[in-house]
Amino acid sequence: METIKSVADLHKIRTSILEAKQKQIVENDNKKLVEIKVAMATCGIASGAKAVMDFFREELPKRNIVANVKQTGCMGYCYAEPTLEITIQDEKPVVFGYVDLKKADEIIEKFIKKGELVDGIIPIKYELAN
Amino acid sequence: MSNRYRKNLLVCNGSSCQQASDADLVAFINFKLKEYNLEDGIKVVQSVCSNKCSIGPNIIVYPDNVEYSKVTKSDIDDIIIEHLLNERIVERLVFDKENGNGVAPIKQYRIALRNCGFIDPEEIKDYIEKDGYDALAKCLSKYTPEEVTQEVIKSGLRGRGGGGFPTGLKWEITSKSVSDQKYVVCNADEGDPGAFMDRSVLEGDPHSVLEAMAICGYCIGANKGIIYVRAEYPLAVKRLKIAINQAKEYGLLGKNIFGTGFEFTITIKYGAGAFICGEETALIHSMEGFLGEPTLKPPFPSVSGYLKKPTNVNNVETFANIPAIINKGADWYASIGTEKSKGTKVFALAGKINNVGLIEVPMGITLREIIYDIGGGIVNGKKFKAVQTGGPSGGCLTEKHLDLPIDFDSLTAAGSMMGSGGMIVMDEDDCMVSMARFYLEFIVEESCGKCAPCRIGNKRLHEMLTKLCDGKGTMEDLDLLRNLSVVVKDTSLCGLGQTSPNPILSTMANFYDEYYAHVAEHRCPSGQCKSFMLYYISEENCIGCLVCARKCPVGAISGEKKKLHIINQELCTKCGVCMEKCKFHAVHLN
Ligand SMILES: Cc1cc2nc3c(=O)[nH]c(=O)nc-3n(C[C@H](O)[C@H](O)[C@H](O)COP(=O)(O)O)c2cc1C
Repeated sequence: METIKSVADLHKIRTSILEAKQKQIVENDNKKLVEIKVAMATCGIASGAKAVMDFFREELPKRNIVANVKQTGCMGYCYAEPTLEITIQDEKPVVFGYVDLKKADEIIEKFIKKGELVDGIIPIKYELAN
Repeated sequence: MSNRYRKNLLVCNGSSCQQASDADLVAFINFKLKEYNLEDGIKVVQSVCSNKCSIGPNIIVYPDNVEYSKVTKSDIDDIIIEHLLNERIVERLVFDKENGNGVAPIKQYRIALRNCGFIDPEEIKDYIEKDGYDALAKCLSKYTPEEVTQEVIKSGLRGRGGGGFPTGLKWEITSKSVSDQKYVVCNADEGDPGAFMDRSVLEGDPHSVLEAMAICGYCIGANKGIIYVRAEYPLAVKRLKIAINQAKEYGLLGKNIFGTGFEFTITIKYGAGAFICGEETALIHSMEGFLGEPTLKPPFPSVSGYLKKPTNVNNVETFANIPAIINKGADWYASIGTEKSKGTKVFALAGKINNVGLIEVPMGITLREIIYDIGGGIVNGKKFKAVQTGGPSGGCLTEKHLDLPIDFDSLTAAGSMMGSGGMIVMDEDDCMVSMARFYLEFIVEESCGKCAPCRIGNKRLHEMLTKLCDGKGTMEDLDLLRNLSVVVKDTSLCGLGQTSPNPILSTMANFYDEYYAHVAEHRCPSGQCKSFMLYYISEENCIGCLVCARKCPVGAISGEKKKLHIINQELCTKCGVCMEKCKFHAVHLN
């Protein structure tokens, strides 16, 4: 267990987090890494986000895609839950709304495998403070 | 990767864009693309609505990120020839400030929600990666508590729990209280109907609250923090617990943080879900194990709070802003917002609005921008009537307030209040008398009963509103309603009773005609109050089939086969089953 005993330790941990990510890219044979964030706040879970997240976690390895599938909090689009954000390495993140299992399958086959956009994109319209 | 499409057209599929559209744009564009032989390289994709609804239909060309607005059928050729074939932007369809046509791009700006939806809330490393705990490190290693407090004062941050008290000032006052023990309390009670901002922050970014509480502890001289969260938020509680444990393991909470000798620990206390326990003195009593009842201020918690020790109470969203303020500086924060309300505000949009959801916008944005550009307008294209801000303590804003820049002071001046950020949107079908009654019903249930004006007064107010909705009100009732509202406001012990008549007073001020109609004209203008409805069966259409009589759950319909049926108005509960079941459209409603 790492413990942080000084400000320098905090920066060291941050560096090691970034290095671990870099390492994953290299180990992935320099194929593009896929990161999927599923909005898993109470409301997202209530509308089925957990099943969608499990689907990605099960299906992606079967289809030979190396991806980090992780849960996150509310993205704000209550009207379009379940929502998720996909970032293909070196590209801009894309957000999808109303993602059910069928849509999830389409996203894997078309967007993740071929880079093709599919219906249900939510254009990102905000700035972040960090 | 083999993307066969070199460009995409993202056509907004939101209902307000569709309503504004002169054609099925997706089908029309696909048809046109074929005409130009472009269907192999360009794909049309339907996108989910998220912005600029008032100037829809909107189309985004991807990956160029050019957005065209107010697009009609006749513009499609231009977009195809100019943009898709010649890579030239069709300037006349680009709506933004620079282009001189007056429509500023409406941007949400996320400060409190900066990590919400981007990091795994159960993974401290995700937070650390996003500059997490840098603010605490900076404060402990570089600045004195006074310097940090001054920075928070300079930022202009005001409490997001409803009152809008300057946060830095509160910290300064608490820091000056002399005591062997002080406390930092995070108010995560969030009780008003329709509000879910704090829950989202706790579920999405719990570490930002922990970090800010530690910074507050450093400033006021406290080494203990307590989060008071309602037990009805199980996921928030779970993620908070995980976050606290991870922070402890990493040494970011506990003794000797960053090797500076500063100690800070955080524990959780659970609320049972009473609205009054969000009021800070009631909250403190509830934490102490007593009844959740308020006490008179002063003394303020900053002087005598939890266990009679100086206690700094702040709201979840207030705290979530702090690390960003420390990292980016007070001047940056103070550059956002209006003169007296700095920064951004998170709002929970609910009710008859298309894009129900959580938004964070700079203070000073107008209601029109929130409702029509971010919120996607009113459901089913109905007419906007009012929006209730501030929950049961607030009031309604109407059409004439649509262009009011929203901040703490402007909302109060308009007879409403910022409150915690719930916005409930109402359309032409909503009755404002019923709306006021709904809030008073909530208040009657939630009043703790300690002081008579709130306990008895609100009950009488609720009875009078029920009388109006039942069609039994008199003109004297209207006067009494207004007078009693003022008395309850003036004489109640705490903020609950001092604000609970606001929904009545503001609807009476803005929609007096509706109150008048309920009494003098014996009708509910929006047709929502059932008691004014009259179901009757028309002679022309009724064939005497007995279906309605059999289906009526209260046996209010009588009649014989092949003869006109009659509804007994005394017995009728206005459920509408007869109208639904009649195949011959013989049941009418007036
Ligand atoms: C009836 C009533 C309910 C309240 N509910 C809440 C609440 O749910 N959450 C909250 O943060 N503040 C609530 N407040 C305001 C608190 O009393 C207090 O002002 C606030 O927590 C201070 O934090 P701030 O300065 O960061 O806003 C409530 C006040 C009243 C009168």
